[in-house]
Amino acid sequence: MNIEEYKGVWVFIEQIEGEVVGVSLELLGAGRALADKLGVDLCGVLLGHNVKDLSPQLFEYGADKVYVIDDPIVEQYRSETYMKAVGDLVRKYKPEIFLYGATANGKDLASAVATEVMTGLTADTTMLDIDLEKRLFEASRPAFGGNIMATILCKKHRPQMATVRSKVMKMLDPEPGRTGEVIEETISLKEEDLRTKVLEIVRDASKKVNLAEAEIIVAAGKGVKDAAGFKLVTDLADVLNATVGASRDVVEAGLIGHEYQVGQTGETVTPKLYFAIGISGAVQHVVGMSNSETIIAINKDPDAQIFNAAHYGVVGDLFEIVPMLTEEFRTALKEVGGVKTNA
Amino acid sequence: MHIVVCVKQVPDTKVIKVNPKTNTLDRSSAPAILNPYDAHAVEEAVRLKEQHGGKVTVLSMGPPQAVKAIKKCVEIGADEGVLISDRAFAGADTLATSYALTKAIEKIQKKEPISLVLCGKHAIDGDTGQVGPGIARRMEIPPITNVIKIENVDNKESKVEIRRKIENGYEIIQSQTPCLLTVEKEINEVAYSPMPNMIKAARYEPTVWTVADLDDVDKQQLGMKGSPTIVGKMWPPAKSEGAKLIEGDAKSQVKELVSAVLEKRELFAQKGGK
Ligand SMILES: Cc1cc2nc3c(=O)[nH]c(=O)nc-3n(C[C@H](O)[C@H](O)[C@H](O)COP(=O)(O)OP(=O)(O)OC[C@H]3O[C@@H](n4cnc5c(N)ncnc54)[C@H](O)[C@@H]3O)c2cc1C
Ligand SMILES: Cc1cc2nc3c(=O)[nH]c(=O)nc-3n(C[C@H](O)[C@H](O)[C@H](O)COP(=O)(O)OP(=O)(O)OC[C@H]3O[C@@H](n4cnc5c(N)ncnc54)[C@H](O)[C@@H]3O)c2cc1C
Repeated sequence: MNIEEYKGVWVFIEQIEGEVVGVSLELLGAGRALADKLGVDLCGVLLGHNVKDLSPQLFEYGADKVYVIDDPIVEQYRSETYMKAVGDLVRKYKPEIFLYGATANGKDLASAVATEVMTGLTADTTMLDIDLEKRLFEASRPAFGGNIMATILCKKHRPQMATVRSKVMKMLDPEPGRTGEVIEETISLKEEDLRTKVLEIVRDASKKVNLAEAEIIVAAGKGVKDAAGFKLVTDLADVLNATVGASRDVVEAGLIGHEYQVGQTGETVTPKLYFAIGISGAVQHVVGMSNSETIIAINKDPDAQIFNAAHYGVVGDLFEIVPMLTEEFRTALKEVGGVKTNA
Repeated sequence: MHIVVCVKQVPDTKVIKVNPKTNTLDRSSAPAILNPYDAHAVEEAVRLKEQHGGKVTVLSMGPPQAVKAIKKCVEIGADEGVLISDRAFAGADTLATSYALTKAIEKIQKKEPISLVLCGKHAIDGDTGQVGPGIARRMEIPPITNVIKIENVDNKESKVEIRRKIENGYEIIQSQTPCLLTVEKEINEVAYSPMPNMIKAARYEPTVWTVADLDDVDKQQLGMKGSPTIVGKMWPPAKSEGAKLIEGDAKSQVKELVSAVLEKRELFAQKGGK
């Protein structure tokens, strides 16, 4: 492999029903910085059916070029088709860096493409940089349940690939009217040769917000004790128009479903505001929320681990504090005009 | 149906400690356990076997002590276990790991065709979730990740339906078999092992293969040599300074907290603003 032949930073653009997912735009922001450092183009890779209209948005968020495959066969994500199509693009155009969102589909695709083109892939990264002297991509990630951070390098293979967690990178402010080049590509697969078929996609509309995308999360720990205590937390969440989260112990106590669990074996979240109420702060919980912008902990134990992860701490009895907090927010928010609806 | 489950022995990351001097993990500080996701994969394979007949073979790559993880799988109900263990495998990243495991699966498959390969969603130590899809690509079978349910297994038509968890919901995928599935914890509850399994496991000696036992192996693709990625610097995650503690009685604590939160103006509609 002649690594000198590989140029450019690529971002896999994930779209759901014609809408670009947030992490892809964030990666255009992160990719822009890497591409500028290296003095190369930033390119989006977009697959789907009737998705060409999305390219202008990608240019506004920082892309110089967009490779598009628009075909009914890639309308829905399937490992089989996407891996083949993206693998072919890599072989043809030879990017030096390729980023994917660490979503279910992004991780699935990146793992398969890495094997397809035989290169290295760093998982679930939270920090990206370039060693300009060596022209080497430095991708850093938590491992061992968040106990350690590691920088992973891929010296002799290209592209250097990474999946990147949501809400860690910043998307750029869109620059209206910014344009770029659209490169249309085709796919050679036929439906009858494929071995998988998506029969149905069920999106749970009842879930107010996706935990991973939430701006404000109010999370309950075992300190709430029972359903009545849990209700205090959901009341606070309601006032803040926030999503409810929970520690594993609360999920195991049956107070809320597993899809609300934050932590190593639940969701990784990065809201602007995270309330940890009656949560002790075990490492498995903290890895799932430590990248939140502001963390507020309420716990009666002044030595609770959670205070090491938090930005603001209130030592006190949640049964006393939380209802007061709910009322205080209710009044204060009336004055400022409420929580922004997209928050 | 013959199901192969890939299982990894991992340090229990709940108790592992970081050596503050060297910034490396002190593996001796943590007991080695069967990767929790893999326990669910074995449980699922055993349940499928009970419904549809067949056999469950578990496969692990690791040091000699990883036989313990295999014995644990026999307790859950696996029929047989293979450990591939050799210095040549050491230092493997996910690409080299999937290569070695695929070579072992090929050998298992020669004796008895395989309908399904199951893996965990990820291993709690390396935590990449990349090995499963890598094996599938190498075996040229469809990979389906984040599986929460396996249904409508049709052995005659070689078809299976799978619920795959995606953001905000799930999708139902029909796949031909053989295929490779990586499972989420929701897929089942690992049942208590029945006594006969415990007894069988206690006496069970897994098959151990070295590189020499595998066929057509390209040694350049194994272990550290076959790994495009290397781990560079390691450091403990930044500890925050610790929380700013808000003092006073409950009432003043609440007031101060609310005003601190309202400082985050981007979250709140500002009167007169947008
Ligand atoms: C492999 C593995 C994976 C795991 N994955 C996860 C995961 O994804 N997410 C997760 O959360 N956990 C996970 N855990 C479990 C984790 O180790 C902890 O057991 C769990 O997070 C503890 O939950 P908790 O903080 O709610 O409960 P506890 O540890 O019991 O803490 C309760 C806290 O509430 C406080 N409290 C009690 N009463 C009051 C009161 N009246 N007012 C104020 N404070 C009060 C106490 O001081 C205490 O700090 C995992 C564990 C393992 C082994
Ligand atoms: C700090 C650190 C960071 C790392 N980061 C990366 C990285 O970003 N990219 C990379 O390529 N490698 C990385 N590695 C190497 C990686 O941990 C190893 O390749 C490991 O052998 C497999 O990866 P995993 O633990 O992530 O497994 P995963 O891919 O998370 O495991 C998924 C499933 O694959 C099966 N499986 C995995 N390993 C085995 C095994 N040995 N035997 C049987 N079945 C198995 C199990 O079913 C398991 O549930 C890292 C290692 C360290 C120490």
